[in-house]
Amino acid sequence: MRSSIRLALILCCAFFCAAVSRADQTPIRIGLTPVFLDDQTAFVNSWRNYLTSKLHRPVEFVQRATYREITDLLRTGKLEFAWVCGYPYVRNKDAMTLLAVPVYRGKPTYRSYLIVPATDHQTASIADLRGKVFAFSDRDSNSGYLVPVHELLSLHQKPNGFFAKTFFTWSHRNVVQAVADGLAQGGAVDGYIWDVLAQIHPALTQQTRIVRASSEHGFPPFVAAKTVAPEDFKMMRDTLIAMPADEEGARLIAQLRLDGFTAADEQLFDSIAVMRAAAED
Amino acid sequence: MIRNLSFRYKIPLRASILIAFTAAVVTAAVMYRVYENLKNDLLADASSMGRVLARPLATAILHDDVWRAYEIINSPTRATGEGRGSQPQVMMVLDARQKVYVSTQPKQYPMLSDLAADDPAAGPLRQAIDAMVAPEFTVITLPSTDRFYILTPIMSDEVRLATLVMGYSRSMFVPRFFDMASSAVVMTLLALALLLPVTWYWAWRMAIPLTRLAEAMGRVGPTLPDLADCRLYVSRDEIGQVGTAFARMLGQLKEKEALEAQMLHSERLAAVGRLAAGIAHEINNPLGGMLNAISTFKKHGNDDPQTMKTLSLIERGLVQIKDIIAALLVEARLQSHPLSVQDIEDTCTLVLSDAHRKSAELVWENDIMDALPLPSTLVRQILINLLLNAIAAVETQGRVRCHIYRDSTNMIMRVENGGQHIPPERMNYLFEPFSSSREGGTGLGLWVIYQITQQMKGEIAVQSQPGLTCFVVTLPIVEASP
Repeated sequence: MRSSIRLALILCCAFFCAAVSRADQTPIRIGLTPVFLDDQTAFVNSWRNYLTSKLHRPVEFVQRATYREITDLLRTGKLEFAWVCGYPYVRNKDAMTLLAVPVYRGKPTYRSYLIVPATDHQTASIADLRGKVFAFSDRDSNSGYLVPVHELLSLHQKPNGFFAKTFFTWSHRNVVQAVADGLAQGGAVDGYIWDVLAQIHPALTQQTRIVRASSEHGFPPFVAAKTVAPEDFKMMRDTLIAMPADEEGARLIAQLRLDGFTAADEQLFDSIAVMRAAAED
Repeated sequence: MIRNLSFRYKIPLRASILIAFTAAVVTAAVMYRVYENLKNDLLADASSMGRVLARPLATAILHDDVWRAYEIINSPTRATGEGRGSQPQVMMVLDARQKVYVSTQPKQYPMLSDLAADDPAAGPLRQAIDAMVAPEFTVITLPSTDRFYILTPIMSDEVRLATLVMGYSRSMFVPRFFDMASSAVVMTLLALALLLPVTWYWAWRMAIPLTRLAEAMGRVGPTLPDLADCRLYVSRDEIGQVGTAFARMLGQLKEKEALEAQMLHSERLAAVGRLAAGIAHEINNPLGGMLNAISTFKKHGNDDPQTMKTLSLIERGLVQIKDIIAALLVEARLQSHPLSVQDIEDTCTLVLSDAHRKSAELVWENDIMDALPLPSTLVRQILINLLLNAIAAVETQGRVRCHIYRDSTNMIMRVENGGQHIPPERMNYLFEPFSSSREGGTGLGLWVIYQITQQMKGEIAVQSQPGLTCFVVTLPIVEASP
C-alpha cells in the first residue's frame, strides 16, 4: 500500500517535469514533398538530426506522397514549414510565406525536362507526342504538370484531347521510370531531379532522352505557415542559409546536389504564376 | 548368342534387366509425379497471387491510377528479383474492352493497345476471357507457344472491371524439375548399385544347381559318373526333384551295368564249362581205352623191365589226365544219400588236420539239426573246398570261421577268413578253371564249387576286402516229393 502511493507520487512528479520542459520543446514540423529524392530515409534522418541540433528544438519531417496533402497540412496548422513546389506556392500564397529557395548550379532556378524513351529518336517537341501516353508527376507540380500543360496551351491543345492517355506517377523519379520502361511515351520531369538521377542512377536516365528543357523557373521553395512566429521564421531561414558554412551542413547540401539556400524574392515565381493564370483560365 | 549362354549368366542377366527396367519405370513415374506436383504448386501459387493482386488492382483501376497498377503488377518481380522463383514472365491488365490497361512489359504490350494480331496468344486469350465466369480463375495452355496463362478477374462490387493476365513460361520450372529429378536419378542409381550385385549373386546361386545337374548329366556316357562327385543340389523344388530322378536313373544304370557284367561273367563261365565238358567227354573215351589196354597188357605179363617201367609211366600220366578231366567235368551225381548232420560234422574233422598244420583256428558253427534233402557228396565237396581254400588263404595262426545254417528255403554255408583279400581285378576270373594265383593250387577248387552250385541251382557270393574275405554259398532245399 505504502509503496504504491510512493510510486504514484514519483509518476506525478515525472509527468510535471516533462510538461514544464515541453514548453521549450515544441517540435518543429517540416513537410517534405517529392521535389527532391525523398526516398532516402537515412539522409532525411541525418538532416533532421542536424536541424535539431542547430535549432535546439526537436524537428519532425512529415513526408506525404502528394503535394496537395502537404499543402493541406500547412493550411490547417499541422506543419510549420514545408518544402513545396513553386506551383502550390503561387496557388496558396494566402496560407504560406516564402522562407528560402535552394540554389542550384548557382541560381535559385531549375527547368522542366520533356523526356521520351531513349529509343525514340524522332520526337523533337511535345507536339510530336500527339496520341501518345504521357506521364505527369503530380497535378500540383510545376515542372511535372504545369509546364507541359502550358506548352500545350500555346499549341491550343488540352492534355485530355491531345494525349491518348495521361497518368500521374506521384514523383519525378517515377516519371523517369515510366518513360524508361516504355509505360509512357513521354513525360515531364523536374530537371534538377533528372540531373541528380543521372549522377546516382545513370542506368535509369540513360533509357530516357531529354527532348527539350523549359525556360528557367523558381526552384521549389521552402515556405512557412502564416502562423509561424517571426523569431522561429528567422531562426529557420538563418539555419538553412547557413548550412553550407559548417561541415555537416555542407555535407548534407552536397548530398542534395545543391549549392545552398537563399532568401529569394517572391517575384522569382512570377513566371509560374503567369503559367498558372493561363492554365487555370 | 544369348540362347547358348549359360544359365549362370542368363538368369542374373535377366534379373538385372528386370531390376533396371523396374527402376527406370519407378523413376519415370516419380519424375512424372514431381513434374505434376510442381505444375500444380505453381498453378496454386499463381492463382493465389492473382487473387492477392486483383484487390489492390481494382482500387487502382477505379481511380484510373495507372502508375499504381503498374507498381502492383511489378511488385512480385521486384520482391524476388528478375528471373527467380516462379514469377510470371509477363503480367498485364486487360480492361473491359480487352485493351491493355497496363502491363509489365509496356514496350511489347503498350497501354491502350489491342493484343497484337500476330501474337499467337491473342485469339485464345480473348476467347478465354469471354468464356470466363467471374470470380473463378482460368488456366489456358497454348501449344503453339511455350507459355501458359492464368486469368484472374478484377472485380469491384461484383462488377468485372478488368482481367489480370499472368503469362508463365512453361520451361520456367524446368531447372527446379531437373534439380528434383537428378536427385531421384541419383537415388535410383544408388539403389541399383546395391540391388544389382545382390540380384546377380542370388540369380547366380539359383543357376548353380542347374549347371551342376547339367554337368553331371553331360558326364553320363560310356562310363557312369560317381554320384558323390556330382554334388547334386538336395531339395524338394523342381531342380531338386530332377536331381533326385537323375540320381535314381544313375543308380538304375549302374545296377543294369552290374547285371550285364554278371551275366557276361556267368555266360563266360558257362561257355568255359561247356567247352571243358565237351573236351572231357572226347578225351574220356580214348583215355578209358588206353588205360584198359595198359591194364590188359600188364595182366598178360611182360618181363622186360624197361617196357614195364615205360608202361607204368604212361599209366600214371593217363591217370593224372583222368583225374584232371574228372575234376574238370563236375558231374552232379544227384543220386546221393541225403545230407545228414554227421556228414557236415565229418567235413570239419577232415579239414581239422590241415588247420592244425597251419596253427590256424577254425571256428565251427553248425546250426543244422536235421538231415537235409541235398546230395551229401556234393555239399561236402563244396564245404571241403571252401574250407581248404580258406585255411590256405589265412596267415599262420590265422582264423577261419565257418557258419552253416538254413532258412525256410535254403541251406547257407558261410566261410570267412582273415587272409589276404582278393584284388578286384581278379574277381571277374575267380571261378574260371586254372586261374589260381596260389602256389601249388590247381585252380580247380572254386571252379568245382561253382559248377556244383550252378547244377544245384544255388548261388555263390564273394565279398573280399582287406582283413576279411567271405564266401557264401546258398543252396535251395528242394523237398523231395514223396
